[in-house]
Amino acid sequence: MKSLAELQAIKNKMKDKVVLREGSGDVRVVVGMATCGIAAGARPVLNAFVEEVNASGLNQKVTVSQTGCVGLCQYEPIVEIYEAGKEKVTYVKMTPEKAKTVVEKHLKNGEIVSEFTPANV
Amino acid sequence: MIRAQVLVCGGTGCTSSGSSKIQAAFQENIKAFGLENEVKLVQTGCFGLCALGPVVIVYPDGTFYSRVTPEDVKEIVEEHLLKGRVVERLVYADTGAEEIVEKASVSLNDTAFYKSQKRIVLRNCGVIDPDNIEEYIAMDGYQALGKVLTEMTPEEVIKVVSDSGLRGRGGGGFPTGRKWALTAPNKADQKYVVCNADEGDPGAFMDRSILEGDPHALIEAMIICGYAIGATKGYVYVRAEYPIAVNRLQHAIDQAKEYGLLGKNIFNSGFDFDLEIRLGAGAFVCGEETALMTSIEGNRGEPRPRPPYPAVKGLYGKPTVENNVETFANIPQIILNGVEWFTSMGTERSKGTKVFALGGKIEHTGLVEIPMGTTLREIIYDIGGGIPNGKKFKAAQTGGPSGGCIPASLIDTEVDYDNLVSIGCMMGSGGLIVMDEDTCMVDMAKFFLEFTVDESCGKCTPCRVGTKRLLELLNKITDGNGTLEDIDRLEELCNYIKANSLCGLGQTAPNPVLATLNFFRDEYIAHVVDKKCPAGVCKNLLSFNIDQDKCIGCGKCAKNCPVDAIHKTDYVAPGHKLPSYEIDTAKCIKCGACMAGCKFGAISKI
Repeated sequence: MKSLAELQAIKNKMKDKVVLREGSGDVRVVVGMATCGIAAGARPVLNAFVEEVNASGLNQKVTVSQTGCVGLCQYEPIVEIYEAGKEKVTYVKMTPEKAKTVVEKHLKNGEIVSEFTPANV
Repeated sequence: MIRAQVLVCGGTGCTSSGSSKIQAAFQENIKAFGLENEVKLVQTGCFGLCALGPVVIVYPDGTFYSRVTPEDVKEIVEEHLLKGRVVERLVYADTGAEEIVEKASVSLNDTAFYKSQKRIVLRNCGVIDPDNIEEYIAMDGYQALGKVLTEMTPEEVIKVVSDSGLRGRGGGGFPTGRKWALTAPNKADQKYVVCNADEGDPGAFMDRSILEGDPHALIEAMIICGYAIGATKGYVYVRAEYPIAVNRLQHAIDQAKEYGLLGKNIFNSGFDFDLEIRLGAGAFVCGEETALMTSIEGNRGEPRPRPPYPAVKGLYGKPTVENNVETFANIPQIILNGVEWFTSMGTERSKGTKVFALGGKIEHTGLVEIPMGTTLREIIYDIGGGIPNGKKFKAAQTGGPSGGCIPASLIDTEVDYDNLVSIGCMMGSGGLIVMDEDTCMVDMAKFFLEFTVDESCGKCTPCRVGTKRLLELLNKITDGNGTLEDIDRLEELCNYIKANSLCGLGQTAPNPVLATLNFFRDEYIAHVVDKKCPAGVCKNLLSFNIDQDKCIGCGKCAKNCPVDAIHKTDYVAPGHKLPSYEIDTAKCIKCGACMAGCKFGAISKI
C-alpha cells in the first residue's frame, strides 16, 4: 500500500458489496416472490432490479428485497416501492424490461410510471 | 449480481454450537436451489448474542434467525431466499415476527439487546468477514493508519490518544496516552509494541471475539502505536487455547503483508513495521505484563519487579508499550472520529465504551459493548434480559480472580473505573458474572482462590504460600469447622498478601475474599456460627429432611438415592395409606437426587 488513493480504490470497490448489510436504504423495492410470483416470472424481474440498481449507482439509497404473496396473483409479478414519507407505489405484470424503465424513471428521476400501475394494466 | 447476503456467525460460541455445519448446509442448499449467483454466504465474527446461537442474519432485510439447526437451513433457503417468506418460527422473538411481516425489515439495532449498546470496538464483529481484508477496508479500515502516516507527527498521534482519555481496557485502567508518551522519548536501537491477548479471566471473551471478528482493527492500531513511539516491531501474545482467533489473526497478518500494510515503507512514509504472533501456553500469570514479556523472550513466564517499567526496559530490555486487545481496537476509531467524539461518551474520568462478557445466571449470555457509566441495572435487566427462572439478583462479579463483587444493593452503580474501585471492586478485563440467590458467596470466593492457587507462578512467597493458606481457611469455613477468629485471620492474611506480592496476580488474588467479606460478612458468620450455608450450596453444612406428614410413602426418593440412605419408617401419616420414609443423615452424600424427584414437596434442604 503506497498511497491513500490506493486504499480509497479498494474501499470504493468493496463498498457496494457490504452496503447490503447496513440495513435498508431510504427506498425499498420489494418483489413478490411467492409461488404465483415465481411462476409468473418474478425471479428475472428481481434480478433485473438488483442489476439495474447497482449499475446506476443507486445501491446506497435503494434496497431491493423480496416478499411473499401480495394477494393479487393474477397481476404477478408484482413490485412495490416504499419510500419514507410517500405513498407506496405498486407495479404489476412486471418484466425485466419494465424493471429497467422503473429504475430509470421512478428510482432515478422520481416519476411514477403510471402505465404499469394496476389502474392502467 | 448479489441481491442477498447470509451472514453466519463463526465466533467461538456459535462454532461450538455447530455453526460450521450450518454454513456447509447453506452452501449446499444455495447451490441446490440455483442461487449461487444471487446469494452470498459470509462467515463473520461474534454477534454478541451467544445464548441464542448459532446465529444467522439475512440481508438486506436484516432478519435475525437464532438457534438455527442444519435441518432448518433448507427451509430458510427455500422460503426466505427463494420465495421471500421469512421463516417466522426461527426469528429471534425480540425482533417480533409480526413486525417483520409488516415492515419486511427489522434492524437488529431495534432489539433490546442491541438498542442500549454502543458498538465501537465491536463495530465490525458480526458485520464483516474477518478473513477478507477488503471488507475491513470497505468499513473505513486502515484509513486511520493512512491519516497517521501521511498527515500526522508521532507527537500529534500521542496527543490525540492522551486527549481522548482512553484507559487500559485490560483491567488496570492506566491512561493509554501516558503509557505511549512515557515510552516515546526513550532512545534505543529497537523498541517494541506488544499486544496482550492472553485473556485469562474465567468468563471473559471480548479479546477473543475481537481477534476472531475484526483482527485487522488490532493490526492497524499496533502499527499506529509503533509509529507514535518509534517501534518497528510488534508481538501479539495470544493463548494457544484460542485456535480460531490465532488462525484468523495469522491470516489477517499475512493479508496485511500482502497489501503492503505491514512491512517496509508503509504508505510511502518511510515507516516500517513488522508483526508476529507469540503463542502462550495458557498460564494465567502470563497476562501480567512483565511475565508476558518474559514468556515472549522464551523464558518461563514469571513476573519481574518493577521498576524498571516496560516503558524504559521492557521486552528484551528495550522500551516497550504493552496494551490489551480492546484498548488497541479503540485507537483507529479515535484517530478517525476525533477526540471530541470519543470524550462525548462515558463519564468524567472514564471515556468511551467497555465491552462486557455477560455470563452466569443471566438470560442473554453474550458480549455487549456499552458506554462507560451505564448502570449495572441496565446491563443486567435491559440488555441482559434479567435473571432466569424468576430468581432474585444477588451480586455481580467483575474482574475475575482479581476482582470483587457488586451486591444487589449497589445495582444502580454507574459502571466505570473509579466507581468500581470506590466500592472495592475493579473493572477487570470485562467478565461480568451474574449470581442469583442460589449462589453462596463464600463458595464463590473459594472458587476464585482455587484458581489463583493453581495459577500462582510460585516465584514469591506471599502469593505462593499465602493463597494456599487462604484457600485452606475458606475450606475450613465451608466444611463447617470455622470460627469467628478464622474470619479475622482471613482478613489479615488477605491484606498481607495484597501488600507483599510481587505482581498483580498476588496483589489482587485476595480481592474476591475481601469483597465478599465486605458485602456478605453475614454469610461468613452464618457458616462459622450457625454452621449453615444460607444459599444451600456448601454440602457439609446441609442436611436433607423428609417431612413425615407430607410424605405419602411412594418410595421414589429411596429409589433415586444413589447411596441407599433412605428407608421406610413405621409411621403412617394421617390421611395417607403407606408408611413414610426417612433419611439416614450419616449415609447421605447430599446430592439432592431425592429432593429433585419428590413430587409432593416433602423433602427440604436445611
